[in-house]
Amino acid sequence: MGLKFDHNRPIYIQLMEYLYGQICRSEMKPGEKLPSVRELAVKVGVNPNTVSRTYMEMERTHIVVTKRGQGTFVTEDAKTIQELRKTIADQQIDDFIVMMNQVGLSNEEISQLMLEKLKKRREEKE
Amino acid sequence: MTPPLIKLNQVSKKYLNQTALTNITFQLTKSGIYGVIGPNGSGKTTLLKIMAGLLRSSKGTVEIMEKPVTRLSSQHIAFLSEADSLYSFQTVNQMVDFCHNVMPDFSKDKALNMIQSLNIEKDKKIKHLSKGNRARVKIVLTLSRQVPVLLMDEPLSGLDPLVREDILRMIVMNVDVEEQILVLSTHEVSEVEPFLDHVIFMKNGTCLLEKSVEQLREEKGQSVVEAMREVLS
Repeated sequence: MGLKFDHNRPIYIQLMEYLYGQICRSEMKPGEKLPSVRELAVKVGVNPNTVSRTYMEMERTHIVVTKRGQGTFVTEDAKTIQELRKTIADQQIDDFIVMMNQVGLSNEEISQLMLEKLKKRREEKE
Repeated sequence: MTPPLIKLNQVSKKYLNQTALTNITFQLTKSGIYGVIGPNGSGKTTLLKIMAGLLRSSKGTVEIMEKPVTRLSSQHIAFLSEADSLYSFQTVNQMVDFCHNVMPDFSKDKALNMIQSLNIEKDKKIKHLSKGNRARVKIVLTLSRQVPVLLMDEPLSGLDPLVREDILRMIVMNVDVEEQILVLSTHEVSEVEPFLDHVIFMKNGTCLLEKSVEQLREEKGQSVVEAMREVLS
């Protein structure tokens, strides 16, 4: 059944991250309908109250819109999704830099390493 | 359905001179799924039976839906017992009809739908069903009642992982978490963890902690299993 959760962090946040991922990768298109609370709860194996909370939080940040009597939909505003992508990327990069600094790498070394890695990946693809 | 409400005030229970529960006080006012967690012999079953009005407390008061609990409270409560509670000579179909006739709030459609989706043969006698299927039928019968309070004593014990998963899925699909209270006791803590709104930890007949699960995670960064280790050890 469903997703693996880290039980030390609130599940609704983890579920939110999972859905944000799908939205950012356009696996869920703008304007697409999200599964109903119960459907998603059964699919990922959590309490429906948790899913409601996730939807509520996502609505607060305007990533999804709830239409009364119809369900919850991904926003059609491309700008909002772009911003979301940016926020997540910023957050991840910040965490990454902190992590690298902790193992004693200077910022120059990090960017050097990063460029090399990306280059290697590109070559592997070709 | 009226909104669910369970109040326990300083409840103690003794079996002869053996103490099972001491001074338990809590209120369950919000709908949702509650897990009663504790080692064997900590008083989980006694607690559930007292809430259901099947046992009388030696001291203290129990209120369900603003009224002191009696045997008649069963009109608000569906209780799933750990023991085999079905008539073994009946077929599944007869069992559903029986429940439909005895309990006015029993939804026959819901029961038959669930049984169909679980692929249980309706014409088989209860005694010829496997243990897993018997457990599934018991859960179906409990979930088919439209009542504000559902109490389940060890719904998962002694069952294989697939059946347990099935049962949890049925619970999520069929319990209305905005209207009903479901209290279930278990030791399969890690398995039920993502389904719980609230936990109630029991040890030696006392209630050690009653808390919202997401609150545990947010405030302490603790999973239910970790909280259990801290509280029960």
